[in-house]
Amino acid sequence: MLDGQAARPFAELSGVSKFFSGARALEGVDFACRQGSIHAILGENGAGKSTLIKIMAGVVQPDSGTLTVAGTQHRFTRPSEAAKAGIVCVFQELSLMPDLSVADNISISDPPRRFSLIDRRAQRDRAEALLARIHCEDVDPRALIRDLSLSRRQMVEIAKALGKNPKLLILDEATSALTSRDVETVYGVLAELKAEGTGMLFISHRMHEVEALCDTLSVFRNGRHIETFLKGARTQDEIVKLMIGRDIVHQFPVKPPALARKPHLAVTDLRWENRLNGVSLSVGKGEIVGLGGLDGQGQKELLLALFGVLRGVEGKVTVGGEGGVPTSPAEAKSGRSRIALVPEDRKTEGLMLPMSIADNLLVASFDKVSQGPFIDQAKSRQAVIDAIAQLQIKLNKPDDPVASLSGGNQQKVVIAKWLLTKPEVMLLNDPTRGIDVGTKQELYRLMRELADKDTAILFYSTDYAELIGCCDRVAVMYDGRIVTEFSGAAITEEALVAAALNITRPADAPAREAVPA
Amino acid sequence: MSAVTATTPPRASALAMSIRQNRGFYGAVLLLAALYLVYNFIHPRGFSANVFIANTNESVALAFVAMAQAMTVIVGGLDLSVGAVMTLTSCIASELVRGEPWQIILGCLISVAAGTGFGLVNGLVIVYGRLQPIIATLATGAVAIGLALLIRPQPGGEVDLDLNWAVTNSIKDLAQTYHLFEDGEAGWLQPIAWVPVPLLILVIITAAVWIPFRRTVTGRTLYAIGSSEGAAYMSGLPINRAKLWAFTLAGFFAGCAGLYLAIQTGSGNADIPQAGAYTLNSIAAVVLGGISLLGGVGTVIGALIGALILRAISFYFRILSIDPLLQPLVEGVVLLAAVSLGAIRTLRVKNRLELFR
Repeated sequence: MLDGQAARPFAELSGVSKFFSGARALEGVDFACRQGSIHAILGENGAGKSTLIKIMAGVVQPDSGTLTVAGTQHRFTRPSEAAKAGIVCVFQELSLMPDLSVADNISISDPPRRFSLIDRRAQRDRAEALLARIHCEDVDPRALIRDLSLSRRQMVEIAKALGKNPKLLILDEATSALTSRDVETVYGVLAELKAEGTGMLFISHRMHEVEALCDTLSVFRNGRHIETFLKGARTQDEIVKLMIGRDIVHQFPVKPPALARKPHLAVTDLRWENRLNGVSLSVGKGEIVGLGGLDGQGQKELLLALFGVLRGVEGKVTVGGEGGVPTSPAEAKSGRSRIALVPEDRKTEGLMLPMSIADNLLVASFDKVSQGPFIDQAKSRQAVIDAIAQLQIKLNKPDDPVASLSGGNQQKVVIAKWLLTKPEVMLLNDPTRGIDVGTKQELYRLMRELADKDTAILFYSTDYAELIGCCDRVAVMYDGRIVTEFSGAAITEEALVAAALNITRPADAPAREAVPA
Repeated sequence: MSAVTATTPPRASALAMSIRQNRGFYGAVLLLAALYLVYNFIHPRGFSANVFIANTNESVALAFVAMAQAMTVIVGGLDLSVGAVMTLTSCIASELVRGEPWQIILGCLISVAAGTGFGLVNGLVIVYGRLQPIIATLATGAVAIGLALLIRPQPGGEVDLDLNWAVTNSIKDLAQTYHLFEDGEAGWLQPIAWVPVPLLILVIITAAVWIPFRRTVTGRTLYAIGSSEGAAYMSGLPINRAKLWAFTLAGFFAGCAGLYLAIQTGSGNADIPQAGAYTLNSIAAVVLGGISLLGGVGTVIGALIGALILRAISFYFRILSIDPLLQPLVEGVVLLAAVSLGAIRTLRVKNRLELFR
């Protein structure tokens, strides 16, 4: 009977498409997975993996196509419906409530009851049993989630999912927050589940995990399902090629010849919490250094640390030879360091959406347009006009709310705001995310112009093509460290993807890597 | 850590665990105990049943209003109408709680039901009108005061005097008034005969309403919403139902406060400044009782303790001849100190961006 089950797919998608405000997340995807199998889903950032699992878990609904689970067609409108059909997801962003206890969280959606009141003893016993199943006996079911470490929280998240008796368990980067000891435990649990006939979808950016655990692999790229194959049918190099494909060609400005540059921004052994584990890096004047790697390897934290946002940063940072980690953005932007950060989320950290375009442009450099305590109207008007002209921001009136602009023009406002402070170091956190191709190309040109005027630029991007096209050097981060640096012609997609997955490739000979024609 | 064997490590006792997780609450209990003990020492007639009865009488209305506020703060909201709803129900009660015993009972039920209904309306406006609780309840609070003024343009009313006497004194007095338990002389009653009825009312209502409610899925959902509404949604919890319940129960507690106030004073008064003061004091009480204004942390019992602390401070002004004008100042300083202790947590935040979320 087990065999019969294993042969027929448990969950099957056919012709599934999903668009988010016009942008393709998934298109025409046919995909199936079985019970009693650990099935890896591979793909670059933005390949559509998260959308796929969100559709299966009932978080988002597909625009077209069908989802069949155990022979019945379903259209889940909420996660609890998917759970009822046997599909349970362990989300990357934790779904735990920090102020409730471990036992409360594990049984949150269907607690054991007596006389219709929650039976706390039964609930605690249930939590004990589930925690024991994942070998986390040391977690006290009465402890509050907020008092647990990230790794333990992730384990509680797994226990919570197991409590729903999943037939198909989706693990979305479920191991990324775990300590190595917990990772081993989870491997064991997953193997047991597989033997019991549970199906698993495993999304991980760690290639060696996929190799160790999974029996089937599927590659996604640009919202499409490229190929599914059994483990061992493809080499790592082939898998990497499948993930990259051959796609969009961007127009990038010409890079200057490589020069040996004196470091302007120098970072040595930077550490913070467990997210930065000894980053060393330098950026010279007039140089664009890219930060590569998969999402969440410490790139954002590195930029925030350099901008003075994080508390308790250890290590050495010098700008123009003078030292010290800045202690606040106010300090970072002023004084000798003159650092600017274009943040990750322009809507919350970059702009004050209801305020006018003009106010947003001036907000970081009021000191430059003030007379004593008063803002000088004439000076500020001139500064706004100059900034708008420099970045060719398309707008009606500078007094309109910045929220009325398109995404690309909003991003230009963020960048123009920082250019008004005359920065010597620009930190860019994925500045082209969600903006149109034309504006992207303007930004590439602008970056090169700034570099030519001696600005040191540190540029984090999730798009490999950008790193290749824009950067003089690229440092790839993995697990809070810089694992490899490439420069010049050695910056290729294969090299970047392999380094991002922390694979050491047998054919790693940079001299032979020609840019594909 | 990794050297620890696989056996279960020794666990903290239930009490130690509870203290560690609810520092604010236990701190409030200690503060109240200290304040009230010292008060009795310096009171000329301290440690007497009469003083105790008088004190509890004065605390009941604020305690109920604070419990009402707690319901909405736990879900991460705020109810600016609690004082007004209390005033409205006290005006209704001043009209209805008189006459035959059945009329009195019906009057009490209608008064509390009016408060509960008003809370339900608050909830409907907030949940289905998608309004922010602060502004929605600011508006409905004004409506409640308006209704109260319509019912009782002038202060007054004739609340049943027997009931007034029975409810504001000891259990023995209650029994005597209604000829219960051998006129209060029954042997088994004697150990508790001195207990003030107002205290009994607080304990009974808390035990009958809050303690079971907290153990329902809806009650649990209140905390889940206050703690992380996104995670609560993703866990498939009944968010709208829980919010409706929170505001309805807030109305219920505010209704209890109004009914008690009417019985205690024997009358009703659509007193606008008093309604405002009760609302603001309820927020202070909630914070003093260890409830986080961000939601998800604290209990209704904490709010009760917080209200008693505020009242205990005011008692001091009566026996020490301090200028009563200083009372707001002292209450303000105590509140500020309590809130500062709660804010120590933020010193540990490592990513300063999180301070603004």
